[in-house]
Amino acid sequence: MFGLDKRDTGVLIIVALLALFAPIILNPFPTDSAMAQFNAGYPDLMQKFVIFGIFAIGFNILFGLTGYLSFGHAAFLGIGSYSCVWMFKLLGYNVIPGIFLSILISGLFALLIGFVSLRRSGIYFSILTLAFAQMCFALAYSVLSNPRFNLTNGETGLQVYANDPQWFHRDGLPDLPHLFGLSMRATQKIQVGAWEFQFNAGYYLCALIMLVCFYLAIRIFRSPFGMMLRAVKSNQQRMNYTGLNSRPYTLAAFVISGMYAGLAGGLLSAVDPLAGAERMQWTASGEVVLMTILGGAGTLIGPVLGAGFIKYFENIFSKINDNVLHSWFAFLPDGMEDFMVFIIHPFIGKGWHLTLGILFMLVVIYLPGGLVEGGQRIQGWFRKRGTKTEAKAGKTEPAE
Amino acid sequence: MGILEVKNVGKRFGGLQALSDVNLSVKENTVHAIIGPNGAGKSTLLNCLVGKLIPDTGSVMFDGQSVLGRAPYEINQMGISRVFQTPEIFGDLTVLENMMIPCFAKRDGSFMLNAMPMVSNQKEVLERAEFMLEEMNMADKRHMHSASLSRGDKRRLEIGMCLSQEPRLLLLDEPTAGMARADTNNTIDLLKEIAAERDITIAIIEHDMHVVFSLADRITVLAQGTPLVEDDPENIRGNPKVREAYLGETA
Amino acid sequence: MDALLLQILNGLDKGSAYALIALGLTLIFGTLGVVNFAHGALFMIGAFVAVTLQRVLSLSFETIDPTQKDFLGNPLKVKTPYVESWFGPETGGLIIDWAVPLAILFAIPIMIAVGFIMERGLIKYFYKRPHADQILVTFGLAIVLQEVVKYFYGANPIQTPAPDALNGVANVGAAFGMDIVYPVWRIVYFFFSVIIIAAIFSFLRFTTFGMVVRAGMADRETVGLLGINIDRRFTIMFGVASAVAGLAGVMYTPINPPNYHMGMDFLVLSFVVVVVGGMGSLPGAVLAGFLLGILESFASTTWATTTLPGINQIIIYLVAIAVLLTRPRGLMGLKGVMED
Repeated sequence: MFGLDKRDTGVLIIVALLALFAPIILNPFPTDSAMAQFNAGYPDLMQKFVIFGIFAIGFNILFGLTGYLSFGHAAFLGIGSYSCVWMFKLLGYNVIPGIFLSILISGLFALLIGFVSLRRSGIYFSILTLAFAQMCFALAYSVLSNPRFNLTNGETGLQVYANDPQWFHRDGLPDLPHLFGLSMRATQKIQVGAWEFQFNAGYYLCALIMLVCFYLAIRIFRSPFGMMLRAVKSNQQRMNYTGLNSRPYTLAAFVISGMYAGLAGGLLSAVDPLAGAERMQWTASGEVVLMTILGGAGTLIGPVLGAGFIKYFENIFSKINDNVLHSWFAFLPDGMEDFMVFIIHPFIGKGWHLTLGILFMLVVIYLPGGLVEGGQRIQGWFRKRGTKTEAKAGKTEPAE
Repeated sequence: MGILEVKNVGKRFGGLQALSDVNLSVKENTVHAIIGPNGAGKSTLLNCLVGKLIPDTGSVMFDGQSVLGRAPYEINQMGISRVFQTPEIFGDLTVLENMMIPCFAKRDGSFMLNAMPMVSNQKEVLERAEFMLEEMNMADKRHMHSASLSRGDKRRLEIGMCLSQEPRLLLLDEPTAGMARADTNNTIDLLKEIAAERDITIAIIEHDMHVVFSLADRITVLAQGTPLVEDDPENIRGNPKVREAYLGETA
Repeated sequence: MDALLLQILNGLDKGSAYALIALGLTLIFGTLGVVNFAHGALFMIGAFVAVTLQRVLSLSFETIDPTQKDFLGNPLKVKTPYVESWFGPETGGLIIDWAVPLAILFAIPIMIAVGFIMERGLIKYFYKRPHADQILVTFGLAIVLQEVVKYFYGANPIQTPAPDALNGVANVGAAFGMDIVYPVWRIVYFFFSVIIIAAIFSFLRFTTFGMVVRAGMADRETVGLLGINIDRRFTIMFGVASAVAGLAGVMYTPINPPNYHMGMDFLVLSFVVVVVGGMGSLPGAVLAGFLLGILESFASTTWATTTLPGINQIIIYLVAIAVLLTRPRGLMGLKGVMED
């Protein structure tokens, strides 16, 4: 289907079904139950899943295929966000022009930054991209928000004000981001027994775009261009002596992944029309690296998994507080209970970043291939056990 | 006029004159060996031919065009393919994919943004790669990870990758270095076959006299960065200067 | 003229910090071949050693002074630091006042230990892994370290003053007939850095150990073949580099109140410094550190910031880009050394 082979089509369909039914799948616990806090099926979080999924899919095209580790991709995310909000300010709240502009502008920046950074490879490249991203952060945070020339609105963040032109804004259109009149916040709530499912317009728009991005990523992975990118990672020397110029290939990959990041940034603004500089900080760049690696760099589905995993636990960990912990460990004797809460306390709530850092290290140390590799290992382990028992069963027969 | 003309090439690294006044002419459709003791400048010369180094003086002409100042990929696109001392292949890719990449390079040039068509639809490239694998007797290994091939097979694959581009000149840098006798003989046979069957010029840098004398039509002896003699294999064998150069090394 | 010199002086303290961190980064990269994203965290830990010492020294017990009453008429509670009760109010007060310089004594063993633990416990396993993995694991470590510090010390900057005697300003230009008033502690910081840099260079230059390390930087495998236990020496080198970063942090506390993310802020700029100076070149790191520090100071003048708002925040990156485009190896990078 769509020019994909059977297996890829299968993966695409699974992802499509997951995205379609996410509001139901992610809400397994009844609304009033104690476990409801582990539900993830509300619009805010689901939007984050798919938007950061797009970000990670794009990052994986660069890192997973070529092996060039960019530490500055958050810059493109931020640039995309700003571009989109600017479209809201100038043209009106329809998300389409904003999304297009965010792809375009971030692509231009990626071209510029990539052109310089890709003159070096390996660690130099990582450091250069990091430096560029920090520079973009400084630009957005303070340089471009002075009274004479205010492009980013600095610390406050860029948002739409009542006196903005909004040329195409008409009465009757929602006063929030919308798609030809369909507000991004429009949510259909359906009550099924004790469960409540929320179907949100913004989520479905993002999910649809994510599917398109995922499909394009599969095409790139399976194309001659994708093969060249893997060749860059494998042996650049051989590549150059095979008559191939590796630089335009890596630059193209860099620009494509920058555009993915810009699109993700644009969508972040589309569901919540506010763009701040903190989106461009190096921690955000590190986060997308972690998503990709945690899921499995160079695999198709890995980055999406990683993005979902990180965003879900970020949400859960940030919500847990000491009271919740106390209720969990209530079955323990008093002293033990306090002790357990004391131990876990640093990792929850505002301590999410600590957990993230530890997770980062554990994944790099023990599971460099990410969740996908982990899954394969477990599968292989079961298979081995399976053959072992078979072998045992067949042992009674004389050998040879 | 040979297909490859090297004129007055000199290269200096700091205080070391690696090459001085090298003149070399490789005739079309011959096997030309460049031999010499360690440190004679063989590898430096080779690197000057493929664009890795730029000589300080002199000129290198391939088929009437200068190669100097061009990047390795441009020189390759002119028709010079290089086989490395230790096989350089794409270890993370399968054997078939390894073979397809030079076919793509031959068809699409040094860069082409073909990100949407699927590899599986690239019939002509796929067929060409499969054909080359048959030629190299590696068709049964096509889905293997190329990093897991034996050393001899890696060499075979690398040579196959170079040949699939139908180069006019094939440069080999000690293709049998570190190989077992059997692998060496296989490689010699393979190269003989290539030289006999194809419309190709081969320049080979080699240390192993057995390999050189079984293959070469013409031999240049390099010593201390400058050519000592250039002659047919029979004459080289008896040449006292050559003996001296080599004995001087062993003594 | 005076203003010019003042700007140069202004750049020296930041430049010193850049130079010291970049020096450590280069040492670790040159010897161990590892890009240490946690190096900034070492700088930050050093700063918090000073903070901790100051707090420990200020630990007090409360006594009730019956002779004095507070405004409610209750007997006044007086806090007396233990140190003052042990050594008498004058000596004790002096010790508390000099906490930051005193922290140097504690920072050296602590930082070397931290470096050892880091190298033996983690980095060691990453020598043979790809650079990307090294970057990622040290990046994770940097996050963990800074979050731990944040957990114990909070997110706000902590004031850590210099000793009173060194806290004022001095007219450093007086000897030359000029009028340049400048904070004393910054001058102290500059000379302190120069001493450390000189110590590192002479250590590498004149000791056998240093020679082996330099040889190892040039060609690790060959030195390994000589039968020298190069790995152990490299471990020690890691300890030294982390001590240098730590000391830079200790002494920097009075200049800028330390917070948990100061390490990463400095790290990114120090990386730029290393790249500009030339990866693997120790003199390059020092030179670029001071140059970029001074440049930043010039870009921070009112004249510069009014002409080009925010130029002080991006000047270093702009220069780095320009350098890389024109001299890809950096100012003093050697051909073929660490060319990835």
